[in-house]
Amino acid sequence: MKKSLYLSLLGVAMLTTAFAQDLSKGRISGNFEIDAQYYNPDSAIGAPAVPEKALMNGWGNINYVNGKFSAGVRYESYLNVMQGYDPRNKGTGLPYRFASYNNEDLEITVGSFYEQFGTGLTLRAYEDRGLLYDNALDGVRARFKVRDGLYLKGLWGKQRTFFTTSPGIVRGFDGEINLNEFFANAFDSCKTTVILGGSFVSKYQADQDPSLVLPENVGVSAGRFNIIRGKINFSGEYAYKINDPSTTNGFIYKPGEAIFTSLVYSQKGLGIALSAKRIDNMSYRSDRSATLTAAMINYLPALTRQHTYPLAAFYPYATQPNGEVGWQADIGYKFKKGTKFGGKYGTDIAVNYSAAYGLDTTNLNDENGRRFGYSAAYFSTGEEFFQDINVEISKKISKKLKGTLLYSNIRYNKNVIEGKSGYPIIASHIAVVDIIYRITDDVALRTDLEHLYATEDHGSWAVALVELTMAPHWFVAGIDQYNYGNEHVDERIHYFSTQVGYTRGTNRIALGYGKQRAGIFCVGGVCRFVPASNGFTLVITSSF
Amino acid sequence: MKKVFSVVALLLVASVFTGFKKTDNQKLPSVTLKTVDGKTINSADFKNDGKPIVISFWATWCAPCKKELNSIAEDYPDWQKETGVKLIAISIDDARNSPNAKKYANDKAWEYEVYLDENQDFKRAMNVNNVPHTFVLNGNGEIVWQVNSFVEGGHKDIYEAVKKAAGK
Repeated sequence: MKKSLYLSLLGVAMLTTAFAQDLSKGRISGNFEIDAQYYNPDSAIGAPAVPEKALMNGWGNINYVNGKFSAGVRYESYLNVMQGYDPRNKGTGLPYRFASYNNEDLEITVGSFYEQFGTGLTLRAYEDRGLLYDNALDGVRARFKVRDGLYLKGLWGKQRTFFTTSPGIVRGFDGEINLNEFFANAFDSCKTTVILGGSFVSKYQADQDPSLVLPENVGVSAGRFNIIRGKINFSGEYAYKINDPSTTNGFIYKPGEAIFTSLVYSQKGLGIALSAKRIDNMSYRSDRSATLTAAMINYLPALTRQHTYPLAAFYPYATQPNGEVGWQADIGYKFKKGTKFGGKYGTDIAVNYSAAYGLDTTNLNDENGRRFGYSAAYFSTGEEFFQDINVEISKKISKKLKGTLLYSNIRYNKNVIEGKSGYPIIASHIAVVDIIYRITDDVALRTDLEHLYATEDHGSWAVALVELTMAPHWFVAGIDQYNYGNEHVDERIHYFSTQVGYTRGTNRIALGYGKQRAGIFCVGGVCRFVPASNGFTLVITSSF
Repeated sequence: MKKVFSVVALLLVASVFTGFKKTDNQKLPSVTLKTVDGKTINSADFKNDGKPIVISFWATWCAPCKKELNSIAEDYPDWQKETGVKLIAISIDDARNSPNAKKYANDKAWEYEVYLDENQDFKRAMNVNNVPHTFVLNGNGEIVWQVNSFVEGGHKDIYEAVKKAAGK
């Protein structure tokens, strides 16, 4: 396996050498990141002793572009992987390398690539370093712009899982047509834009199960639309998957389906976005026995606000691929300058509501029959999973002072979201006051006070953060997260940490020291659990 | 053996790359993006009539990114008057938040061009480690300055780079 990797790398290198006469016209660019942490064992916060004492994740990308040709490699190193990431990220290697040529609107890529069809319900290959999520496809891909308004994509590959590939083969096709551009003459004066798309993805994995007859080829198809008229944008996608027994769904033979729709009204100073989705048995992986975030072919976005303040992000939602119904409303309004609420500089208000429920299911008890598992009613909901109602007001008070207030009411079903049992729904109220005071043009002081009220789980928390920034190079910050409301007196702990950072151009170094609480870290509805830790952290990033 | 092999492979790649003469030709890579209205455009087609362009990567979940773009928004009319600069805001929000990206830009009454990089192809091609990351392009479309991260007051430095790129 590794040998073929190096051979293909040599191929890329030789290919680039073949272009040697034009090399001086090309552009090389790259980026690096090193994350490292030194761990002190701390039994009070539940931070385990780490045998290596210090752990490191490292990446380096090198990209070369020369006109229509591009190529790149990524080196990755996990020695050993930091706490809170999948330990199957082990060792070092070059898991990502590609060469691509784009000629007359036909682009062909060989090697590793990322891709998304529609909103991702059928296929999304992407990476997120914060999660160590990377399901890049390794194979070939062609993208063709037939003419203005008509785009086709096709791909064939195997998915990356850590430093190897998953056993299944993934094949996909996607087409998209912008009717207004394609039929430019007929729709010239039409004020409504219509974009339609469709995709089909199929995976193959041999059936080696001794007792069940499993489908070896599993297809997912989807159709989507996007209609735009003036300030209104209405879009949606529906996907259907044939039976796909897997570890995630408990090896049932029920087909899967997903629907995702959004309606946005937006004008300067006012925006309203409504979105809804329903997911039923839509886990789709290139390895039917894979768990956690490995070998996922499609992407099921969470429809909840992605909070940035630590206590508002304390109870984050993760999409439940086996079944959920969710909706979200997001409204933003800007009170103009000179009005009663706007004051001298204007005031921004944003209101957001989101909820997620389980499906209303009936157990069929057909394990020895056709194994559909359950039936789900379409227009009713089951168990409550999550709810968030939040209001945010931000205002510039004077040339030197601005602030943000946030209130959020989050209801969190820990049993479902974290796979635990015996917890009640955790009802939490979070308030945030974030004030920035500009001492001089370059020096600013930010104070962020937060409070989370809850009677369940860990109880209430208070957070105080002070951050001093000196543009353009320095920042120093200290944060204390105090679990003062924990019902166990010995767990009422101050998690205090400090950080200092230096940025120059694209170089950035940040050094931290202190205690980190255990928590869930999410990006885009995909989450990982980060255990408590105590020690030094170092992050270096650079690009050129 | 494998280690030796990997070192040789890396050296080979490195030697090929170091053979390149790095030129001033720092033009944008060609990557497909979506407009907020769902239309397809190409990053190589970004133009501003020979005047500077600022490209800023942001996301609806990134507080410093929003701070940066909102800070610039206050001074943007002056920047445009003095240098003719155009700001292009690239949202790296995925399908979960991309409808909100357009909405947020309008909520804040930004005068920028906003494009969606849902699967982060442009982010990768531009070697962006994390957001915010801001590039300044001169009138020939060449990257002349860039910065990663934003702190309060940082937009002044961006403007210094824009003025320099505009020859002012």
